[in-house]
Order: sequence, then C-alpha cells, then structure tokens
Amino acid sequence: MIKVEQLTKKFGENLVLNNITTSIHKGEVVAIIGPSGSGKSTFLRCLNLLERPSSGKIWMNGTEITGQKVNIQGIRKNIGMVFQQFNLFPHMTALENVTYAPRIVKKLSPQEAEEKGRAVLARVGLSEKEMSYPAQLSGGQKQRVAIARALAMEPDIMLFDEPTSALDPEMVKEVLDVMKGLVDTGMTMVVVTHEMKFAEEVADRILFMDQGVIMEEGKPEEFFRNPQTNRARDFLSKVL
Amino acid sequence: MNLDFTTIIDYIPFILGGIGTTLQFVSVSILIGLLLGTLLAICKIANNKILQGFAHGYTSIFRGTPLLLQLMLIHYAIPQLTGYNTPTYVSAILAFGLNSGAYVSEIIRAGILAVDPGQQEAALALGVPKRPMMIHIILPQAFKNILPALINEFITLTKESSLVSTIGYLDLMRRAQIVEANIYRSFEPLIFVGFIYWIMVFILSKIGRLIEWRLRQSDKG
Ligand SMILES: Nc1ncnc2c1ncn2[C@@H]1O[C@H](COP(=O)(O)OP(=O)(O)OP(=O)(O)O)[C@@H](O)[C@H]1O
Ligand SMILES: [Mg+2]
Repeated sequence: MIKVEQLTKKFGENLVLNNITTSIHKGEVVAIIGPSGSGKSTFLRCLNLLERPSSGKIWMNGTEITGQKVNIQGIRKNIGMVFQQFNLFPHMTALENVTYAPRIVKKLSPQEAEEKGRAVLARVGLSEKEMSYPAQLSGGQKQRVAIARALAMEPDIMLFDEPTSALDPEMVKEVLDVMKGLVDTGMTMVVVTHEMKFAEEVADRILFMDQGVIMEEGKPEEFFRNPQTNRARDFLSKVL
Repeated sequence: MNLDFTTIIDYIPFILGGIGTTLQFVSVSILIGLLLGTLLAICKIANNKILQGFAHGYTSIFRGTPLLLQLMLIHYAIPQLTGYNTPTYVSAILAFGLNSGAYVSEIIRAGILAVDPGQQEAALALGVPKRPMMIHIILPQAFKNILPALINEFITLTKESSLVSTIGYLDLMRRAQIVEANIYRSFEPLIFVGFIYWIMVFILSKIGRLIEWRLRQSDKG
C-alpha cells in the first residue's frame, strides 16, 4: 500500500533521513520506535508530504506521490494523521471538528457530515461530548476527538505521532484502547510511540530508527526478545 | 501663581466640539488603515516575492519616517506637484490612514504568525486547501491576537492625531491653540484638552480590556 524508496530528508546540512527503503502493506500495523531526534516524526510527516523529501520516492496505492504534478490534497485526504499535541481546532465544538474536513474537502452536505461525525464520535466513545469545545475536554478526550476527526475522512491509512506522549498517565489507556479498536477493524496504521508494551502487543512489525536510518525491523516478539544491533539493545535497556 | 480656569468657560463648548472632530477623523483613518493593512498583510504572507517586497518596503517607509513629515508631505508637497490643494480633512485622513496601514499590517501579520503552526498542519493533513484553511481555521484564531493590538493602535492614533493641528485641522489640539491665542493664556486651555485626551484614552483602554476579557472567556469555551 505504501512503498518508500531511498527516502532522504535534509534540513539544511542536517541529514535527518538517510536513504530509507521500506513498505507498509494493507492492514498492517507498524510501530516506529527509536531515540529522540532519530527522525521518526520526519519520516511520518514525509508520508503525507507535510515534509517534502529531499530525494527518494514514495508510492501510495501504486501512485507516486513524490512526483511534481501530484494533487497533494487529494492524497492527504486519504491519510489520517494524529498529532502528539492533538491540534484540535479550538474554536469549534467536537462535532464541528470532525465534520469540518468532510464538508470542506469531501463536499458532504451538513446533514451527511453530521451523521458521519456522530458515528465517529460514538466510535471513540464521546457521543455525549459533541457540543464541547476542546478546552472543555481532558487530554485523553481531546486525543480521541482528534482520532475521530481523522477517521471521519475515511482514510486508507492512519499515521500516529506519539499520540499518548502529551497525556497524563491515567489517560493513556483510553487512547490506546481506541487505537486497539482501530487495529481490530483492519485499519492500516503507522504509529510512532514510546509505549513499548502497546507496540509489542498490537504491532505486526517494529521499525527501529536511529540517526535517520532504519537500524532494525522485524516482528515484535523477535525484536523485543532478541534485538540484533547494539543500538537497539542499548535503546531497549533504557526504555524497558 | 496665576491660574484661572474661569477664563476658558466661554470656550468650553468650542473645545468640546473637537472631541467629535478628532474621534471622527481617527475612526475614518483606522478604517482605511484596517483595509490597507489587511491587503498589505495578505501581500506579506503571500507566496509572491514582488508583493512581499512591496508590502515590506511600504511598511518600512511609513514606520521609518516621522508621521509629521508624512502629513506635511501630503498636505503641502503633493499640491505643489499636482497643482490641486488638498482639503485639510482629506490630507489628515490620508496621512493617518496610510501610516496606520503600515502598523496594522504588522499587527495582522504577527497575529497570524502567532497561531500555533499545529493548526495549519492539522488542516493540511486533512486535505483542506489553503484558502478555506485561512478563512475557517487560521483567521478566526488570529483575530483574538489582533483585536487587542488594534485597539492599542486606535489609542496611539487618537493621541498622535493632535499632529493634524499643524495643518490647521480643527481638532481638539487646534481648538486649544485658538483659545490660547484669544485669551493670551496657555496653561488653562492646554490642561483642559490634555484632560480630555486622557479621558478618551482611558475609556478606549477600558473598552480594550473588556474585549480582551471577553475573548479570554470565549477561549475557555
Ligand atoms: N522543521 C525542521 N527544521 C530543521 N530541523 C528539523 C526540523 N524538524 C526536525 N528537525 C531535526 O530533525 C531531526 C529529527 O527530528 P524528528 O522530529 O524527526 O525526530 P524524532 O525521532 O521524531 O524525535 P522525538 O522522539 O524527539 O519526537 C532532529 O535533529 C530535529 O532537530
Ligand atoms: Mg517526534
């Protein structure tokens, strides 16, 4: 479903992604882990072109999205993204947050959008909060609305960038539970996370990134039990 | 000490008449400034080097030279070129409007830049095109940063407006000077208009605080 070939990203002189090649299959759940500054977020942001790759190619469903003449908006509407800081629209209610893009981008009628919006809010367990503004929600609820907002676009794939890192510990579970629910529906997911237990439990594959390269990748049971590189061993000894 | 406020009693209605004149011309000026400032701000954030260069150049010139000089140029120097005399009212509004356009454009630009970049990323990631993103997501949030600064600009203009007395516009300041010349006393009329300016600014500041407070309330949802 996604194919990445020799992806390189530089910020000025700083080589942040160095020649990354990998692919993500339909229905697969990939967890990306690695030390801070290793390029995890940048990799994720290249997948929906929030960052422009310096070189290399990315295909999505057979179409090259890194070409010159692609319709970026058309690509992005099929890729959901969830941010560490939620980035909900503060001047809109939860329902307005989830209906906004379907109305503007997919041109749904307000009625259709609200119907869909209520359905996704129900999916993340927040039906009773549809009239609340983000400021009136807890961190966990905000992130669930953010997930619902992405789901409302019915994306082919969901990208998560440390979705629980900004949360108080007691709210991590409710968000992870929603994500597990998504996994059960067969959603293709790429998740940057520091939640090793979650990664081990739900991921089909672990990508371990360090200094802009994928140092190691494999099934979670193999990776966590028997990491192949010193870097990975070192990292795991610090976080586990 | 020679101080006698009864000397200006007869002139009080005349001086008070300046409040309307001053406020009216400041209001029209800031409307022009708002319109112009919005256009300039759009130029500044546009992806177009020529527009950007124009807007930054404009701002640099109007912020980098004295307002009094701009006023003088518009009122006395332009007629010399064109052969037409500009009415004082028009010169005053033109100078203040063009000048405040430069300041307002910076206020708007800063207000837009102060919106969390995460908002733009979230909108882009959903596939929302630039225009609706600007109109529905960025500007409503920028507005909350902009409004208090705009009221400050209004206050500044109200005080600076006294400059138009130099081209003979019958504002508060000019009226005080006329009274001064009539009664051969400076202190009383000057103190009196000073008091009026202070009251006007005081009221405007209060309105500004009220609006800021309301905005913060709405932030809490
Ligand atoms: N917009 C940018 N401009 C310049 N440098 C950047 C930019 N974004 C990221 N970087 C740099 O790229 C490197 C990788 O950053 P990235 O955010 O991808 O790391 P990360 O693995 O997500 O780290 P973390 O776990 O802290 O989120 C860092 O050195 C960072 O300073
Ligand atoms: Mg990151």
